[in-house]
Amino acid sequence: MGVWQSYRLRLQRRRWRIRAFRKRRNLAPVANRTDQIRPSDLLLFSTARNEGVRLPYFLKYYREMGVNHFLIVDNDSTDGSLDWLASQPDVSVWHTRHSYKRARFGVDWLNWLQMKYAHGHWCLVVDPDELFLYPFCDTRPLRALTDWLDASSIKSFSAMLLDMYPKGRIDEEPYRAGQDPLEVAPWFDAGNYTITRNPRFGNLWIQGGPRSRVFFPEAPEKAPALNKIPLVKWDRRYAYVSSTHMLLPRGLNLVYDEWGGEKASGVLLHTKFLDTFTSKAEEELTRREHYGASKEYVAYAAGLKENPQLWCKWSERYINWRQLEILGLMSKGNWA
Amino acid sequence: MLIHTAFGRAEQVARHWTRAGCPVVIHTDVTVASKAYADFRERLSDDPLIRFSRRHRCEWGTWGLVAASQDASELMLAEFPDVRHVYLASGSCLPLRPVEELIDYLAERPRTDFIESATTSEVPWTVGGLDEERFTMRFPFSWRRHRTLFDRFVAFQRRVGYRRRIPRGLVPHMGSQWWCLTRQTLSAILQDPKRPTYDRYFRSVWIPDESYFQTLARLYSTNIESRSLTLSKFDFQGKPHIFYDDHLQLLRRSDCFVARKIWPRAQRLYDAFLGEAAAQNQAEPNPGKIDRIFAKAVDRRTRGRPGLYMQSRFPNWGWENGLTAGKYSVFHGFAELFEDFETWLARATDAQVHGHLFAPDRVHYAGGQTLVNGALSDSAAIRDANPRAFLTNLIWNTRGERQCFQFGPHDTPSVNWFTGRDPNAQISIVSGAWAVPLFRSNRDFADLRREAAALQKVEAKFLDELRSPDVKARIRIWSMAEFIEAPMEPLQVIVDEIGQKAQRRLTEAPRMADLAGFGQFLQNLKNQGMHPYLMGDFPVDPAPRRGATPAKKPYLIKR
Repeated sequence: MGVWQSYRLRLQRRRWRIRAFRKRRNLAPVANRTDQIRPSDLLLFSTARNEGVRLPYFLKYYREMGVNHFLIVDNDSTDGSLDWLASQPDVSVWHTRHSYKRARFGVDWLNWLQMKYAHGHWCLVVDPDELFLYPFCDTRPLRALTDWLDASSIKSFSAMLLDMYPKGRIDEEPYRAGQDPLEVAPWFDAGNYTITRNPRFGNLWIQGGPRSRVFFPEAPEKAPALNKIPLVKWDRRYAYVSSTHMLLPRGLNLVYDEWGGEKASGVLLHTKFLDTFTSKAEEELTRREHYGASKEYVAYAAGLKENPQLWCKWSERYINWRQLEILGLMSKGNWA
Repeated sequence: MLIHTAFGRAEQVARHWTRAGCPVVIHTDVTVASKAYADFRERLSDDPLIRFSRRHRCEWGTWGLVAASQDASELMLAEFPDVRHVYLASGSCLPLRPVEELIDYLAERPRTDFIESATTSEVPWTVGGLDEERFTMRFPFSWRRHRTLFDRFVAFQRRVGYRRRIPRGLVPHMGSQWWCLTRQTLSAILQDPKRPTYDRYFRSVWIPDESYFQTLARLYSTNIESRSLTLSKFDFQGKPHIFYDDHLQLLRRSDCFVARKIWPRAQRLYDAFLGEAAAQNQAEPNPGKIDRIFAKAVDRRTRGRPGLYMQSRFPNWGWENGLTAGKYSVFHGFAELFEDFETWLARATDAQVHGHLFAPDRVHYAGGQTLVNGALSDSAAIRDANPRAFLTNLIWNTRGERQCFQFGPHDTPSVNWFTGRDPNAQISIVSGAWAVPLFRSNRDFADLRREAAALQKVEAKFLDELRSPDVKARIRIWSMAEFIEAPMEPLQVIVDEIGQKAQRRLTEAPRMADLAGFGQFLQNLKNQGMHPYLMGDFPVDPAPRRGATPAKKPYLIKR
């Protein structure tokens, strides 16, 4: 990479940070408990809109993993989840009515909060429908992973998005608040992911899975990106570029080994396809607040009307992280 | 005992040692805040067997660690005259067996020094290439804090050919820094009149804690057992592996006396090993299983799983360590030449035989399936967005089952180069066989001529690619004329090489398409100015008469 390109990326990073700084006015604190954050705490950042039904399990899952504090931006929920979040002892929550899209799908908001509160912390950036898995997550807390990453001088940790879906129609089995979403949607595609390298930011571009297979069979290049880097030892000079797909400075995107070895990596189980999805897809059709003019949702709505079955004979049923590691979806790297 | 962090755990372990009657001298890194240090001292002040030695700055790879061990050893030898063996441990070391067992073990070997010590030229342990040179260069810059200066200064010394003199009588040895020495050996090292010379020399050796005692022990010890009593595994960057709660059983079964490094929050490990003494056990330490697990981890980190492309493994060109996960076969022209080639091959080999996986309309999986292992789709668009990933995914998903597929000049061309480069591929080509479907089709001759010309051009390019010196696949090429002379012999070779079923002679031949008149067809093409040459020399047989003779039954010659 030449000096010129490096300089341009630096400018770009500064632009995102200035933008995040300006978007801070969008956010009104509802419950600010950030004074509780101790220097070694693990933080979780998220944006949510009408996710009331998912949040109880979401918080429980990450509390058990060892997250110490949650920082959540509520984008004008109407289902009472804001009040519920505000009443939780380890949650700081901000409210905004502003456009999700104009905050670059929430990235600006979270970049700002991270700039302000996450400096020097390990932080996870996940959506309420994403469950993070890492090697040995059934026997070792998240802190074991971050300590190991610190000892190995690794600053960012990759976790690919793995779409989970139910067997049968998506709206067949209702999801109850507090329930493990994997009870409803335990299936996934094991081996149809394709990878290309993004020369500009140095990250990998992963596509595939059931969304590509069912909704984009004729235009796979439009299928959503599945590469994510949700766990980063944050520094206030860092910035997410688009969702958690890539970061600047670009060294943080080098979460893969180029010389034949495997680095340690995890998986984000994406439990988007619950019964709540159909109504969400319809709402998005009118709201158009998602990426690429909600193109994804247009395709979903069309696809869902015809054939809302994502399950196929070759779908795998989720058992544990070791299964995903054997399938080659994640790796222990040299963590043993 | 050298500590710099996790004082709670260090206290626990120190008390564990003293409870069994072993005195402990603690060295605390000078960078620890004085308040924390004072607290720690205060907490342990009730224990008469614990002493604190003079504090040094212990940065990794520097002299401070040796100085700390020297001072602590001197204090130990002076204050506790009954001590016979001195064991160097750290705050993250954990005794796995009751201390009494270690005491007995050492009592049975009163003259033995347990210190891993090997000459530098004979071990491949060092990470980063500084093995011999760490003894002959100077290292004034910190590797941790001034990496660039460190590297540049090393490069500079290499360039000017700088070499220090090693003090007379010393033969550099290296090994694990966690040793257990007898009073005799240790005091000989510490009281040596030449110690100032040695100290001055080792002060600017790189990572002296792995070589100071290891080298000097060779001068004085009468009985060196070159292994460490501390179980300590290193990863490919040279940093120690860490033990967690889920290693409990593994550590129990290892029968090692002390393990490092333990994660300070591994509550279960500390509870299990510092709690009640287990049954007496005379076993020798046996870390074999742990060695294997960690060796595997290093292998996974450095070489990875062949044929896997994933979020944290995406090798550069040439570094794949196996382009694909398993062996597979590619057939050019066989399905065109034989009417039932796919079903025949499936019967003959038990392999998964696909049609044209890279056909322009869709992916022709075996048995007409629309999805296969791993939910791989049959959409041509998805496949062609990344044909290489499609193929590597298919081979990865079907590990353990041989895949065969047909390929030809109609198909996605970029695949040819990839399979050609792959040692796992077995490529068999009957060149020119694409003309058979043209010959048997019922289309205008002008169309046929145009298509034949196009297909011939594509196939000629394939063959060129497969003759490149970079090609690593197992390749066999026959011209069509050559092949139909004696088709069974090449087929037998191919099937034997696939080798799924027990080796035996083929009992059944695939049915060849009726080629009567094919020579004339080629001649017609030639007459039109298009010279088909890839199929070899076909005799122009007389044009078939109406109601052609029934196809000859294929036969096999049994030897």
